[in-house]
Amino acid sequence: MFDIDLWREIFQSINKNRTRSLLSGFTVAFAILLFAILFGLANGLQNTFAEAFVDDANNSIFINSGNTTKAHKGLQAGRRIQFKNEDYEYLKEDFGDDVQYITSRIYRNVTASFRNEKDNYSVRAVHPDHQYLEKTMMKEGRYINQLDIDNETKVVVIGRLVEEDLFLKTTALGKYLNMNGIQFKIVGIFTDDGGDNEERLIYMPVSTAQRIYGNNDYIDQINLTYNPEMDFDQALAFGNLINKKLKERFDVADNDQRAIRVRNMAEGTKAVGQMTFALGIIILVIGFGTLIAGIVGISNIMIFIVKDRTKELGIRKALGASPRSIVSIILIESILITAIAGYVGLLMGVGVLKLAEPMLETYFIKDPGVSTTLIIGATITLVLAGGIAGYLPAKKASRIKPIVALRDD
Amino acid sequence: MLTINKLHKSYPIGDRSLHVLKGIDLSVKEGEMVAIMGSSGSGKSTLLNIIGMLDEADEGEYILDGVPIKNLTEKKAAIYRNKFLGFIFQSFNLINFKTAQENVALPLYYQGLKRKERQEKSLFHLEKVGLRDWAEHHPSELSGGQKQRVAIARALAANPKLLLADEPTGALDTKTSYDIMAFLQQLNDEGKTLLIVTHEEDIANMCKRIVRLKDGVIMEDVKVDQVRAEQYV
Repeated sequence: MFDIDLWREIFQSINKNRTRSLLSGFTVAFAILLFAILFGLANGLQNTFAEAFVDDANNSIFINSGNTTKAHKGLQAGRRIQFKNEDYEYLKEDFGDDVQYITSRIYRNVTASFRNEKDNYSVRAVHPDHQYLEKTMMKEGRYINQLDIDNETKVVVIGRLVEEDLFLKTTALGKYLNMNGIQFKIVGIFTDDGGDNEERLIYMPVSTAQRIYGNNDYIDQINLTYNPEMDFDQALAFGNLINKKLKERFDVADNDQRAIRVRNMAEGTKAVGQMTFALGIIILVIGFGTLIAGIVGISNIMIFIVKDRTKELGIRKALGASPRSIVSIILIESILITAIAGYVGLLMGVGVLKLAEPMLETYFIKDPGVSTTLIIGATITLVLAGGIAGYLPAKKASRIKPIVALRDD
Repeated sequence: MLTINKLHKSYPIGDRSLHVLKGIDLSVKEGEMVAIMGSSGSGKSTLLNIIGMLDEADEGEYILDGVPIKNLTEKKAAIYRNKFLGFIFQSFNLINFKTAQENVALPLYYQGLKRKERQEKSLFHLEKVGLRDWAEHHPSELSGGQKQRVAIARALAANPKLLLADEPTGALDTKTSYDIMAFLQQLNDEGKTLLIVTHEEDIANMCKRIVRLKDGVIMEDVKVDQVRAEQYV
């Protein structure tokens, strides 16, 4: 039921007692302002944190080879371990569903040129799965595919900055890139969140590289991601299993740390996960703390307001106001002030964050902001808080005896 | 109109209690104008508060216009106060942030009248107390006498059966006091029942009946020849 007279009474009361309303509004607005800023900053910190680890899939395992450092099974120390295509196939076949994506990598440095532009770049010869491992995003064209591998086609996928460097303002897609005297067709241009270096790379099919640079089946590195459903312990065990199997395969001593190196991102992921979790808890504590401080503040103000209005409420009661109508005017006024002031505080907080955003980036705080859900949630919390904060004093006010209220002092 | 039998009231003071009213019997008929007199501590204000349903008696009977006033819930007390009683206070008790007209309209609001009706009625009553032109002024812009008139208009607005005045002239100078008394007498002439608490003899003599309280009992209850206030104005 909408009682226009009740609202008129409330608006008059707010309007005619501006100092009081502004004072209580200010407290609420300030609490919410702090809440929004703290929450935003904490969020920004978390964003920075998350971003630092988004470049590569965080369930990755990188496998490199080197020289043995220990003699084993009659083989001398100092033997070079060289991965070949068969090792890639072995990992791919033997571990089945435990492996999500897998790719080989061969590293080369080339001088690439197009017309008069020329520069040195790193080339990675890879399998198609590499796209998911590196979270490479296609801007134009396509990535390396299985057909390229099978046919050893001379195609490359170049980074956004390679295109900018060599093709200036024209499009590179479909053109031929000269790399150390061999023409490669550009079939795709990619972007990567990992930074400028990642966007100055050139990808080519692993088979093509093997044919051109040595006519062998050598590979430099194998990268894979494990099934993301594995938990932390399973992931660690999986990394150790790969390590063990490969050492057996190459007759490497168990305690040889150099010959085969398996780097499991799960170890880092756990630390990141714990840090993010801790950060989340800190955010929650800060958020709740500020909100509770705000609610306590409103409560205090409401108690003061009721005291301030004792006489007025006593007069109203003497004139026939029911306890319910007394509770209504106090409560609705409280909710109204809280909601409006809270919203103003929220907007101010968001505004401050927006203004400070460029400066904050230096302090590892990225995109500090509060989400729409949070804004709606906070607004509802505020209205509830205003209700709770206002209810007890209002109830108390409704029990004021008019004679007490009207006593001359 | 109003009947009180063997009314008792005590207030706790620390761990002892102060017996303020010790068996009051009082009956007021319609159209009477009664002064309740007594020094401070005699229990006169307590009696008025009980009559005004602002406080409840410990013992005894109180019947107002045929309705026994007992064990009232807050809600019921609110309704009865609104319907039966009009209050006039020593310190006026106007709401400062409301205009004279809005103050007068307040009891009508609690009666549930429509805004337009409230406006008409409140202006009518302001007219009656001679303050029609001051309707839009706030209490702070009015003199003491004017404030009390607004308070009287407010008390009248709900058309109560009984007007209760607690030292209505206590905060006013003699001339203004007589002015207000003249007005209250005029209301009484029109048939309103009035109960006035005062400790001033001259004010009491302007009523038709004087009830003297001392130490919680009625010492004297006499009818007097009313002194008309107009002759002093």
